[in-house]
Amino acid sequence: MRVSKYIKKWFPVFALPTTLAFVLAFVVPFALGLFLSFTKFHTVTDASWVGFDNYVKAFTLNGNFLQALWFTVRFTVVSIVTVNVLAFALAMVLTKAVKGTNVFRAVFFLPNLIGGIVLGYVWQLLINGVLGRLFQQDITYDGAYGFWGLIILYNWQMIGYMMIIYIAGIQNIPGDVVEAAAIDGAGFWARLFKVTVPMLAPSITICAFLTMSNGFKMFDQNLALTNGAPLNQTAGLALDIYKTFYTQMNSEGVGQAKAVVFFVIVAVVAYLQLRFTRSKEVEG
Amino acid sequence: MRMRTLATALAAALAVTGLAACGGGGGESGSSDNSVYFLNFKPEVATVYAEIAEAYTAETGVKVRVESAASGTYEQQLRSEIAKADAPTIFQVNGPVGYATWKDYTADVKDSQLYQHMVDQSMAIAADGGVYAIPYVVEGYGIIYNDAIMTKYFALPDKKVSIKSAAEITSFDLLKAVVEDMTAHKDDLGIQGAFSATSLKPGEDWRWQTHLADVPFYYEFTDDEIDLSQGTPAEVSFSYNKNYRNLFDLYLDNSTTEKGQLGAKTVDDAMAEFALGQSAMVQNGNWGWGQISDVAGNTVKAEDVHFLPLYTGVSDDKSQGLCIGTENYFAVNSKVSPEKQQASLDFLYWLFSSDTGKKYVTEDLGFITPFDTFAAGEGPSDPLAVEVSNWMAKDVTTVPWVFTVFPSQQFKNDFGGMLLQYAQGKAEWQQVVDSVIENWKAQVAAAG
Repeated sequence: MRVSKYIKKWFPVFALPTTLAFVLAFVVPFALGLFLSFTKFHTVTDASWVGFDNYVKAFTLNGNFLQALWFTVRFTVVSIVTVNVLAFALAMVLTKAVKGTNVFRAVFFLPNLIGGIVLGYVWQLLINGVLGRLFQQDITYDGAYGFWGLIILYNWQMIGYMMIIYIAGIQNIPGDVVEAAAIDGAGFWARLFKVTVPMLAPSITICAFLTMSNGFKMFDQNLALTNGAPLNQTAGLALDIYKTFYTQMNSEGVGQAKAVVFFVIVAVVAYLQLRFTRSKEVEG
Repeated sequence: MRMRTLATALAAALAVTGLAACGGGGGESGSSDNSVYFLNFKPEVATVYAEIAEAYTAETGVKVRVESAASGTYEQQLRSEIAKADAPTIFQVNGPVGYATWKDYTADVKDSQLYQHMVDQSMAIAADGGVYAIPYVVEGYGIIYNDAIMTKYFALPDKKVSIKSAAEITSFDLLKAVVEDMTAHKDDLGIQGAFSATSLKPGEDWRWQTHLADVPFYYEFTDDEIDLSQGTPAEVSFSYNKNYRNLFDLYLDNSTTEKGQLGAKTVDDAMAEFALGQSAMVQNGNWGWGQISDVAGNTVKAEDVHFLPLYTGVSDDKSQGLCIGTENYFAVNSKVSPEKQQASLDFLYWLFSSDTGKKYVTEDLGFITPFDTFAAGEGPSDPLAVEVSNWMAKDVTTVPWVFTVFPSQQFKNDFGGMLLQYAQGKAEWQQVVDSVIENWKAQVAAAG
């Protein structure tokens, strides 16, 4: 009783700084962004209301937005699978008593510390070098090159991070559960799918969520690696929004409208995915 | 009106916390209300402008602040800077299209001294009886050639053409004959291709989707008697596309680089090939001299670089000159105080008329200016700039920069993307033409 009284009394004092920061750094810009998506503007202080015009234009002006949406969806689906499977496999290996596991863990984690733009340029050089040597081509030659190039890049960047989360999860699985299963005659695969994976469900939830939302929002790697070439075929949603905003005349509002649609899509997908993976978790 | 208040209130809330001021600086509140703030477009001369600002302050006591946007980010910077309380007083627009974007922010500068001193006042951007942007640098481009290699070619005993020097090339047919023969003799000449790589990497394709495209559209607009002061025409027919293709194909077929690898080539790559003597010619403008002379191992001598016009096989190639014009206009921010506007104009006039200012302009900035404050001999000394001046004096028709009315960056990017597909053999020429026509129309409609 007394505790809750104290909480009531001191709540504003402790919550105020965070609330203030949240309002200024999130609520205000978000509201401003939402407002601007209904206007025609060049600078944020100078906008005139146009209603749903921008939303209509976002879809009807050209096919770029839908093309980018489709690209992003394909990219995200493929990368969720590859990143998580590979990261999980690495985590399994590196939680065994292998010599030098810590070195390996560090090595796999390192790419995550490099900025996306740098990664994009480095991989562009690598990919162009290989394609040039083999086929006298480069990454702009085919949309598929850019797509798989991005998948490789993203995997290389994200696997280490997800691996760390899986390692933490695996180390938290009580040894006696696995041992009991082994004594009961469960083989490697049975132990993996009947014990380890269900016990890891919380980690999987987090990793799937992170890869999904980062995949959807991917921008700098996309910009540096392909910049949409050829012909916007490899532009993801974020890049398309950026291009609409800055390279198309008088279309800042349209870009803003696309950004709002983008937010709604990411929010809905993330919510559904969280609900789905949560439902698979053991011990609620 | 209420919308505006809301937006302003929200923006103000942001600005108060300083969160909007991520563009740097910001904090210095103007101590003097006649200070000048110039948002510079050319990052390569950022340090020169800093010196100029210091010199001006020393001479007049007026505070000048110069910020430079990183390459390719000017529009972003300007959008965020101009929304601040301490907004730029001088900014840059790139022509009629840029003016259309910023017309709510450009002050009428018809009565300014700078405008009065323009050699050709029609070059300024005028609308409804006012003048809203003044060009400050004239630039020219064409095909730059290395005469050392050309001389070597013309000295070959088995050359197929009858002319004796590169200066005698006065039409596309002659150019083609020379270039193709040079390709056949490339081992004798010690080059990898007559032309440097046709750089088509996204973002590095402006030499084709903007500069080369200027020529066919100039002829089209002339034929159709289009008044470009009215802004971008709603539609084009790209009627001179065959001429565009003539020269573009010549570049592709006689290049240092395989067509499949052009999508990875940058302008720097092309200029470096030229500087190292791996190619004899490269399409670029007078601003490119630094990119040639600064390359380590540069073999090109200053007296050997010359320009050829972009001959495309129109009926009157002979009388065509270089493409000369400007994409750089000063505009004064109409939303800052009248004192600041006047201070800005005074600063600009000082830069282009005082001895100190002029010295910076010709020696350090290297600008060929459109102002009569500069006497005939007072120009930059780099060889390409001198060449541009020489070509302006010749009895040929200069091709103006009509690409400043191209509808948007998106249009140019898509054009470049199609050119790349064509170069890679993935699109037919007709598809390029159709896409140009369609995108033009769509982009004009989108801007409307």
